[in-house]
Amino acid sequence: MSLVLQGSDWLAFFTQFLMLSLLAVGGAITTAADMHRFLVGEQHWLSEAQFSTSIALAQAAPGPNVLFVALLGWHVGLNAGGHALAFAGALLALLGIMLPSTLMTYLAARWSHQNRERRGVRAFKQGLAPMVIALLLSTAWLLLAAHQGEAQHGRLWGLSAISALLVWRTRIHLLWLLGAGALLGGMGWV
Amino acid sequence: MPPHPHAAAPATPLPSPAPEPLRRGPRHLRELFWAFTVLALQGFGGVLAVVQRELVDKKKWLTPEEFVEEWAVAQILPGPNVINLSVMLGERYFGWRGALTGIAGMLLAPSAVVLALAWLYASVADVPMAQGALRGMGGVAAGLVAGSALKLVPTLRKNCMGGLFCAAWVFFTFASVALLHWPLGYVLLGLGSLATCWAYAQLSRLERRARSTGEHP
Repeated sequence: MSLVLQGSDWLAFFTQFLMLSLLAVGGAITTAADMHRFLVGEQHWLSEAQFSTSIALAQAAPGPNVLFVALLGWHVGLNAGGHALAFAGALLALLGIMLPSTLMTYLAARWSHQNRERRGVRAFKQGLAPMVIALLLSTAWLLLAAHQGEAQHGRLWGLSAISALLVWRTRIHLLWLLGAGALLGGMGWV
Repeated sequence: MPPHPHAAAPATPLPSPAPEPLRRGPRHLRELFWAFTVLALQGFGGVLAVVQRELVDKKKWLTPEEFVEEWAVAQILPGPNVINLSVMLGERYFGWRGALTGIAGMLLAPSAVVLALAWLYASVADVPMAQGALRGMGGVAAGLVAGSALKLVPTLRKNCMGGLFCAAWVFFTFASVALLHWPLGYVLLGLGSLATCWAYAQLSRLERRARSTGEHP
């Protein structure tokens, strides 16, 4: 994929992440579905493969999973023309997803902690709780739907289901699961 | 930095050296940075478990109760959870400099690793085995996210909105975002506000009832 991105496009890119930063209740991954909607569906700045690659690599790599956002930016920049832009894209995306929420956390953490028993705060927490669960499920759904037309799609679903079960019910280290996935996929069994 | 508790000279000579105060945090920014860096680099698939093991169990910078409290706030405030936690802890130890140092520790080294991985993957992206491996990892990654959703379901049991309402809300939210592809902002503002108002009403009702029957809510 190759694109031409103007300054205004980069601004829209950055602004989208700024906005999602404040909507990312429960973590950055809850907004992945909207990032997909914007970057892949609406703007066509990213391919499906690049989107799922970004998430998979960020999960496999050590560190906060929010780095998938940096990889989304990386791939957009790469599409737009090369490694310098890729680096810039990664930085822009990461700053975007972090700045508003980080500032809010810095300012509001103490207040939130001291006021956590207030009815409004508790109502917010409990009201949003089912939505956070739904958003996580949406992200998982989306990651699988991206492989819709491919061969052995059913097996991939099976792998995801088993992984979900193992995460839910056991304490197996995630690295083993990711390794198993890589192995099964590499051998062509999935 | 809190003053050393034994700064004042004792009136009578002590029989043995005064014990070191229990360390409850990093001594300087560099220690914070390195602690977070080492922590983050162990966090394959996610940093949370490592954070708990390192900061609570090993370094004892936080008690388990403190950790749960901090993590709850970090999750409810929007944004990347682990980043929120880094900001909160860093700020507590060294103010805004600590917050920035915490984020830097949590992100710098992992960012380098992740970009290197992306670059490496790009160079083998044509190889079917590499594509297959990434596809497999993607499948597992989807499962990991779904699994973390499932682990949160028990928390809904005590939700004031009740099981049926929560289930319905999960469904509506999922349908709006995953199936109908509605922009997240509208979904959160719309469904989120409704849910918050409903939860508020339920909490009020529960507290009124508790007061009238003399129970403690």
